[in-house]
Amino acid sequence: MGDFFSEYQAGDFYDEMFAAPGEARPHYSKLLARFKEMDREEFERKRALAASTFLSQGVTFTVYNDEQGTERIFPFDLLPRIIPAAEWEKIERGLVQRITALNLFLHDIYHQQNILRDGVIPKQIVWEAAHFRPEFMHFDVPRNVYIHICGTDLVRDRDGNYLVLEDNARCPSGVSYVIENRQTMKRTFPNLLGQYRVRPVEDYSQELLNVLRYIAPHGQREPTIVLLTPGVYNSAYFEHSFLARSMGIEIVEGRDLVAQGGKVFMRTTKGLAQVDVIYRRINDDFLDPQVFRKDSGLGVPGLVEAYRDGNVSLANSIGTGIADDKAVYHFVPKMIRYYLNEDALLPNVPTYLASVKEELTYILEHILELVVKAVNESGGYGMLVGPQATKAECEKFKEKIRKSPRNYIAQPVVPLSRAPSFCDDNMEGRHIDLRPFILYGEKVTIVPGGLTRVALRKGSLVVNSSQGGGSKDTWVLENGVA
Amino acid sequence: MLSRVADSLYWMSRYIERAENNARIVEVNLQMLLDLTNQQEADPNQQWDPVISSLEENELFSSLYPKPDGRAVIDFVSLQKKNPNSIVSCLTCARENARTTSELISSEMWEQINRLYLFVKSDTAKKLVRTSPYEFFKRVITGSHLCQGTTDATMTHAEGWDFIRIGKLLERADCTSRILDIKYHILLPSGEEVGGNIDTIQWMSVLRSCSALEAYRKIYFGQVAPWKVAEFIITHSAFPRSIRFAVDCFESALHHISGSNETKYANEAERLAGRLRSDLDYATIGDIFKFGLHEYLEQIQDRLAEINHAIHDAYCANNAAEAFS
Repeated sequence: MGDFFSEYQAGDFYDEMFAAPGEARPHYSKLLARFKEMDREEFERKRALAASTFLSQGVTFTVYNDEQGTERIFPFDLLPRIIPAAEWEKIERGLVQRITALNLFLHDIYHQQNILRDGVIPKQIVWEAAHFRPEFMHFDVPRNVYIHICGTDLVRDRDGNYLVLEDNARCPSGVSYVIENRQTMKRTFPNLLGQYRVRPVEDYSQELLNVLRYIAPHGQREPTIVLLTPGVYNSAYFEHSFLARSMGIEIVEGRDLVAQGGKVFMRTTKGLAQVDVIYRRINDDFLDPQVFRKDSGLGVPGLVEAYRDGNVSLANSIGTGIADDKAVYHFVPKMIRYYLNEDALLPNVPTYLASVKEELTYILEHILELVVKAVNESGGYGMLVGPQATKAECEKFKEKIRKSPRNYIAQPVVPLSRAPSFCDDNMEGRHIDLRPFILYGEKVTIVPGGLTRVALRKGSLVVNSSQGGGSKDTWVLENGVA
Repeated sequence: MLSRVADSLYWMSRYIERAENNARIVEVNLQMLLDLTNQQEADPNQQWDPVISSLEENELFSSLYPKPDGRAVIDFVSLQKKNPNSIVSCLTCARENARTTSELISSEMWEQINRLYLFVKSDTAKKLVRTSPYEFFKRVITGSHLCQGTTDATMTHAEGWDFIRIGKLLERADCTSRILDIKYHILLPSGEEVGGNIDTIQWMSVLRSCSALEAYRKIYFGQVAPWKVAEFIITHSAFPRSIRFAVDCFESALHHISGSNETKYANEAERLAGRLRSDLDYATIGDIFKFGLHEYLEQIQDRLAEINHAIHDAYCANNAAEAFS
């Protein structure tokens, strides 16, 4: 037999699968049994099947620096990550609480700003945030929902506690992999999936469509909904077209749309057709060259005016970037207390703000033990992992932090949990995180699980696909299944 | 449907059809060479000139290859990225267009197009082109047929499907006219007579490139004669690769899109297509030869190009101003 786990080392981390060497946690025992009876050849066959499925479906991202414009498949690890029902229930409650507070926060910030007046969050933090949009003060968004789609990244510490690492409240991506990964697992491990009763994820698109219909202007019942993409060369284009296809809506580029008389239209073979709801996968900055970046060729001149007039709805709303600013993140537990009068069910990772004097000193002195992040960046860009950085890199970052402290935060290195992953011909522990996708429409819905990303490079803590990360299927079990 | 998407579907389909036809032309030429070398000592290199001429890329070709031998032509038509009409270039464009419309075409179609693209980009394909080009071309042709079949079987037969059909048929009419025209460029070896042995073999090859030899034999008995071949390929009403059949079908697809009655026209594309269709309906092979076969085919190519522009103007041009008023 394959003997995949004979040399497996759990290491000094929380291991998702093994409670002790050779002893799988109860919800992983069937998986372990399945791998014990499988030989290498069968496993290789399954791996090849999975890879060819992704390739032929075009589930790829483009590698930009390659002259040939090579497309790579997002590496997929065949070992699923399994979450028992009770554990998921807790996560879910925490996420619902969090998105509720973030929406209340956005409404407050763009109206009375009570939370600033009451001194819960320092004023400058908001005023100086790059993604705060004072142009939208006192603007009422449709149905009072700001973040319709949120991707909140969770990690587990050494004791297995779930912590929130960051929120993505602008254009989170990755959900198409959740669905494609499951499709692939259905082909490669049909029996195992059947044995575990795993909660389905396929209804995400339907739920998303419900959200988009819910926010249609003037309570319209049959709104025309489109997905606005930066175009086919965007690295997430596969996802855009995947979602549009599974919702049965048009995917449009900026040049397909035209705004006239406070309304937005798309250019069709039968003339112009009015658009009611836009699921935009373009950041605020590029939406409308008349209002935001003048050099944007991706957006639609006049779009913002139509949005203000209430003739077209956007998901997510403009200005949500203030909620996922990494300095504002620090205050989310306080927001939860302030708006909901509850304790945060999912704690934050401790965060130091470089804009606070004492904390700046601490960051500069302890940079070797910290992860430093630029407040507005995502995708693993603009960050420094202290323990793994060179001296020169640390010095460079210190300089940047001193120069613009508001732009940086730091966190202790979280010893992320690890899950067995197939690397270098064997099963080895690799660090993982979890990005659930939260939909906020008439109610909050969360597809069970989310995207488990895995840092395939040995020792790496960065799971982003742009930084050599891969993914796993995430199995949330039905109640009563071990 | 979005204008941009209609345009992409149209071109996706044209490029797949173009790749298929290029494969047909070269594959048949390969076969013909075998026939001819068995017969007599013609200079085999000379037999490739017409292929290059028919692709209208003489200059590009001679800039890339020192001499027009079979190897060079096969490479030029199949895998040469600098040739915008090589099979690999066509399928790259087809796939790019499919990617921008992948929410509209069925996932089965996308997978089929993607698979064909991945094949021509693979090392297997490179090896096949060198060692067994016949097999490579066969796979391209079959791949194109799979795309068509998948399209018809899995996509709603509505506007988008009509644009796909128009692209395919317009390209096919154009390519068929070029295949037929190859015979014009082929010089008979000196001492050979028109209607002689070699001439017949060449006309049979033309039929074979259009998968028309068997169908032809069922209708015309006896000798393969030039005017009969031309008549069949240009004017047959039911053979799916004849020019008339293609024009007939895309004309009705145009009406299907606009919803206008076939006896009237709703736009310039329909008017031009209707006129070409009716010319083909009433043309006799006698008229065509009197006009000159080569000239006649060139004129058809020009008219197809006009129709192409008219379709673009009617459905895909920037239509904001007039549509809004």
